[in-house]
Amino acid sequence: MKNLPLLFCGIFFALAFSFTGLILSSNIQLGSLTQTTEMQDENGNNMEGETLYPLTAPGLAQQGKQVYIEMGCIYCHTQQVRRAGFGADVERNWGPRASVARDYILQDRVLLGTMRTGPDLMHVGGRPLNKDWHHLHLYNPQITSPGSTMAPFAFLYETREIDGAPSANALKFPPNSEYSPEAGYEVVPTRRADALVEYMLSLKLDYSLPEAPIAE
Amino acid sequence: MSEAPQINSQSASPYSSNDAEVRAELSEIDASIRTSALFFTVSAIFWLLAGTVFALITAYKAHEPSFMGDSALSTFGRMRSAHLNAMALGWGNNIIFAVGLWIMARLCRSPIRHGGLLLIAGIFWNIGLTVGIVGIIMGDITSVEWLEIPHYATPLLALSYALIGVWGVMAFKFRKGEHVYVSQWYILAGLFWFPWLYIVAQIMIIWFPARGVVQSVTNWWFAHNVLGLWLTPMALATAYYLIPKVLGRPIYSYYLSVLGFWALAIFYNWAGVHHLIGGPIPVWLISAGIVASIMMVIPVIVVGLNHHMSVVGLHKEVWRSPTLRFVVFGAISYTLVSLIGSSMAVRSVNEITHFTHFTVGHAHHGVYAFFSMIMFGGVYYMMPRLLKREWPSAGLIKLHFWGSAIGISVMLFALHVIGWIQGVQMNDATIPFLEIVQNTIPWLKARTISGVFLTVAHIAFAVNFFWMLFAAGAVRAKQGPTLLDSAKEEGVA
Repeated sequence: MKNLPLLFCGIFFALAFSFTGLILSSNIQLGSLTQTTEMQDENGNNMEGETLYPLTAPGLAQQGKQVYIEMGCIYCHTQQVRRAGFGADVERNWGPRASVARDYILQDRVLLGTMRTGPDLMHVGGRPLNKDWHHLHLYNPQITSPGSTMAPFAFLYETREIDGAPSANALKFPPNSEYSPEAGYEVVPTRRADALVEYMLSLKLDYSLPEAPIAE
Repeated sequence: MSEAPQINSQSASPYSSNDAEVRAELSEIDASIRTSALFFTVSAIFWLLAGTVFALITAYKAHEPSFMGDSALSTFGRMRSAHLNAMALGWGNNIIFAVGLWIMARLCRSPIRHGGLLLIAGIFWNIGLTVGIVGIIMGDITSVEWLEIPHYATPLLALSYALIGVWGVMAFKFRKGEHVYVSQWYILAGLFWFPWLYIVAQIMIIWFPARGVVQSVTNWWFAHNVLGLWLTPMALATAYYLIPKVLGRPIYSYYLSVLGFWALAIFYNWAGVHHLIGGPIPVWLISAGIVASIMMVIPVIVVGLNHHMSVVGLHKEVWRSPTLRFVVFGAISYTLVSLIGSSMAVRSVNEITHFTHFTVGHAHHGVYAFFSMIMFGGVYYMMPRLLKREWPSAGLIKLHFWGSAIGISVMLFALHVIGWIQGVQMNDATIPFLEIVQNTIPWLKARTISGVFLTVAHIAFAVNFFWMLFAAGAVRAKQGPTLLDSAKEEGVA
């Protein structure tokens, strides 16, 4: 190989080719996606007066997403549902439909993830798990999911002496739980734990999109 | 004791060339790059050890979740990311800057200019990386895979990297001689590709986030190309340089090396989208990634054939040379990991392996069994020439080799097997999720044990290295190179 201009051109165009083909063209195709109503009229316009999806997450949930990012939850949990028939995501109730590009357009940081050491969380807010469950699960996963390999996030909680009446937001341990605090003490979530649980509850895929209707 | 057979006297290896002029020239080049190459190698070894510690913590936490669980500093996600960045950008990049640039300088047949620039860039690279990894542990992790380093450290990394890249192109510009060897194409291309990938990914994901899943497409275009267009070309360049050097005969086919290079350049950079198979992006993008992944079979077979034909018949020499023992292990792994990778891009296979430990195993197959093993070989070859000393202990080299070889084999076996089981079971909704989690535990313990083997190997490597660096190997120079055959046959070797 002696023709150096040719070598340089080849090196340049090889990467320029995929940069154009994958990055720029997906940006052209997806970069202008906007919120829509669940159904559109025959001209492809949004129905007047109906809710636009995906929803904007409430402020506390946004903060919770930041906690999710800081703790590195993405390394064990995905946020994407594969279509029915490809994997068992829908059968496992990880979501009523496949997630599509439009579901993520409001996110400054997209957390699709690549590893399912734990279950997918795209629709975790739509599962029958309430705030109390989430707090106990974060405090110590063994309480709600014995045998789980998820780490306890007890450092997001504060164990303190009960001063007068127990706090309303204290964790509600199951009776005789080996993980309950000593008598006279209670475990309360910090603001970060509250935010993280709020984020969990905000993750829902319970709406249809024109290109991804939920099958009845 | 006879050295490797001298089939081709054109080779400029000190082991195989009797041409005093060539040796004097190489010696001058080595002297010109010695300071920076040593700096990068020392840095690389420190990062290798740091990355190993993070790896052990991560692996142990995977089956003992409450281990070091009292602090946000040591969550699984942060330890894993500290491990990944310490290994990829600390060990990987530093050792590339050491071995790759040294090979570049030698092949350009000209003592390097502006060595100080290289050294300064290297110091800033390592400062930036230290800040970045401390940032990850402190909680400023971005949670974007392969780009976890927080935004306040990345500009420094990009800048110091750019300086190193510019240096590489300059070295190339001031080369002597007409012919450009295949290793030079790979190194030049890698030096050019990596900053492009890194800067685009930083801009489109961190600084000015693109809309929605365009970020994910960019993320995997980047992350897969760190392997494909950065680590892979550098390791292949090293193998292409070392195999003929040590064996003293030219590479089997020039035409195969041309074909292998261009097929890699054209196909590899499209392949990354296969990380999003089944994901929320348009199907045509995924299909493009799958096609490219399958096409990668061409450069892999071509390079594998070329390397194999270059060593065929000389297996004894390969086994005896510390350099080639590692390099050939790496070259064989390249063929295997790439073929497995291509098949993982097939939709029906990916449906199972995606989201499982199979992928984790595959990543280690590429970055460790292929890239790192070849780079270990590069260090074993480079250091005696830089220091004019020999490796003090053949025993430690053997310990390194066997620790690495056994450790990575156990890890790959465990992660591939359990990854597959995990994938099949996850796709059967009748199996409770927690049962699948339980099934992985024994295999994850096996991975931790494999990590102990790797730790021993890395400590042996580091001890031998610093022992040599601090002069103990000086005596060995008089006895000839440190080789790995048994003392009975070869004398002290």
